[in-house]
Amino acid sequence: MSLKIVVLAKQVPDTRNVGKDAMTAEGTVNRAALPAIFNPEDLNALEQALRLKEQNPGSTVGILTMGPPRAAEVIREGLYRGADTGWLLTDRLFAGADTLATSYALATAIQKIGDVDVVIGGRQAIDGDTAQVGPQVAQKLGLSQVTYAEEILKCEDGKLTIRRHIDGGVETVEAPMPLVVTVTGSAAPCRPANAKLVMKYKRATAPMERKPEDKYNYLYEERPYLTLNQWTVADVDGDPQQCGLSGSPTKVKAVKNIVFQAKESKTLTGCDADIEGLVKELLDEKIIG
Amino acid sequence: MNNVFVYCEIEGTQVQEVSQELLTKGRKLANQLGVELNAVVAGTGIKGKVEDQILPYGVDKLFVFDAEGLFPYTSAPHTDILVNLFKEEQPQIALMGATVIGRDLGPRVSSSLTSGLTADCTELEIGDYDDKKSGVHYDNLLYQIRPAFGGNIVATIVNPEHRPQMATVRSGVMQKALYEGEAKGEVVYPDVAKYVPEADFVVKVLDRHVEAAKHNLKGAPIVVAGGYGVGSKENFDMLFQLAKELHGEVGASRAAVDAGWCDHDRQIGQTGVTVHPKVYIACGISGQIQHIAGMQDSGIIISVNNAPDAPINKIADYVITGTVEEVLPKLIKYYKANNK
Repeated sequence: MSLKIVVLAKQVPDTRNVGKDAMTAEGTVNRAALPAIFNPEDLNALEQALRLKEQNPGSTVGILTMGPPRAAEVIREGLYRGADTGWLLTDRLFAGADTLATSYALATAIQKIGDVDVVIGGRQAIDGDTAQVGPQVAQKLGLSQVTYAEEILKCEDGKLTIRRHIDGGVETVEAPMPLVVTVTGSAAPCRPANAKLVMKYKRATAPMERKPEDKYNYLYEERPYLTLNQWTVADVDGDPQQCGLSGSPTKVKAVKNIVFQAKESKTLTGCDADIEGLVKELLDEKIIG
Repeated sequence: MNNVFVYCEIEGTQVQEVSQELLTKGRKLANQLGVELNAVVAGTGIKGKVEDQILPYGVDKLFVFDAEGLFPYTSAPHTDILVNLFKEEQPQIALMGATVIGRDLGPRVSSSLTSGLTADCTELEIGDYDDKKSGVHYDNLLYQIRPAFGGNIVATIVNPEHRPQMATVRSGVMQKALYEGEAKGEVVYPDVAKYVPEADFVVKVLDRHVEAAKHNLKGAPIVVAGGYGVGSKENFDMLFQLAKELHGEVGASRAAVDAGWCDHDRQIGQTGVTVHPKVYIACGISGQIQHIAGMQDSGIIISVNNAPDAPINKIADYVITGTVEEVLPKLIKYYKANNK
């Protein structure tokens, strides 16, 4: 059977490679100093989606992302790897969303897309590490969920068989579609971009990314596939009260740089005398041994 | 009404340690607020087998849901148990482990109840909050404290309006202790069918393998941990040698796990294991907050790092300025030479 698959993807700051200039003098995060990347586990999810598509002829894969206009980059990256379409949810009303408001926005967009068989995303995003959005989208859509998936093993009779990671082991579950799946980083890595697809989609943009003076603007009328779907709260029939800051039950009371209680430390070198002295001291005081 | 709830996770009929740790924390919060500590557990064939593992941590009332299909865990039945129970009981705080189960269940419950949820908290406290926008003052909110943004900052999160205030906490972050005060210790066995519709049992577990943990990093008295500065898989193997000599365990920072030098289950930090050893030997670990959150309560901290200004050196008792390649063989050699 052919499947309609939506991949949830997020553009995130690359918090894994935080340099010295990542924090401002005031102690806030300097987002400009961190490269924006496709959230790593969302790429694992995209790979599972593309495999499902290949095994089920006639299936389509679309990338759904929420963020500022430049987040359209993750849709392009998805198209380069084999996705068929994408939707950018962008609106100032979405800003300041916690996981609940984010999942509300994504769920309304998925309803707008309609007739989706599989919603699949990364287990968590590296800028928050919460792992909440997947299950919350599932709840809002009234769908079953399978989290921590490592591989979709089978798609048969309207059901997916999935191997998933659990604490201390693995389990295999069978769940009926439509279904929400979240994928862990231990799943297969995503295939690289395909050169032909890069050529085809490199000028694909969301309307908000374009500038009037751009010399390639004429292409958008000739080739409709170069215009990415761009949706506001109104476009997905969303309730502004449930979006962004106003739809977020959690509030940030305080954010601070941690200052650890500095201890008086003994400084040693790597020379033999220092190391032997330290080992003897620890043994004498029965700290080790 | 208005009590503190802890969801107790089980494997078969064994209550997980993380749940007992949360019961101890939940008891303290309940005492501070002057309310009861309640616990909920769901499984198959658990009646008479789990109560003694839960009540001694100071539980006033325990809800045991025992029915076919509740073990192994699947999302929908456990979600409906909590959602429907919370609608009746109206707790002000609900805690669960930041385990695979807790992180599957927590967000689904919070979404059903439109209540806020904070993942992977490293501290939980009670305190006041003034909303600057509305000018409203709130007493006795749950401060949900967690490192954020890859561990570069620490955020205090509150849920002023929505109940319950929900948080998940990783295993080992809180310390469990049998409760020495008086608790009511009442146990009830609700009718599961009233809480869980038949339609919830749609996801089938076909096959399941759970192995006992291969190591005891969480309880080890000595931990030898490596970071990106270790430099290579070969160098990382030296950590295992030293740990073996010292009868300790090996841990790692996220960077070392990402580099593939060490299994994921040895990661120490906010998104890994929290340890409280007598001695912590940090090898080539710079000391991001996300890592320090998982080891700062160690007794004695020894940092081996060739960068004299590595952040971890600030909290270390001994700082050895040198490379892992140079220092570790000497530590092994002189330990062997001097130990008896």
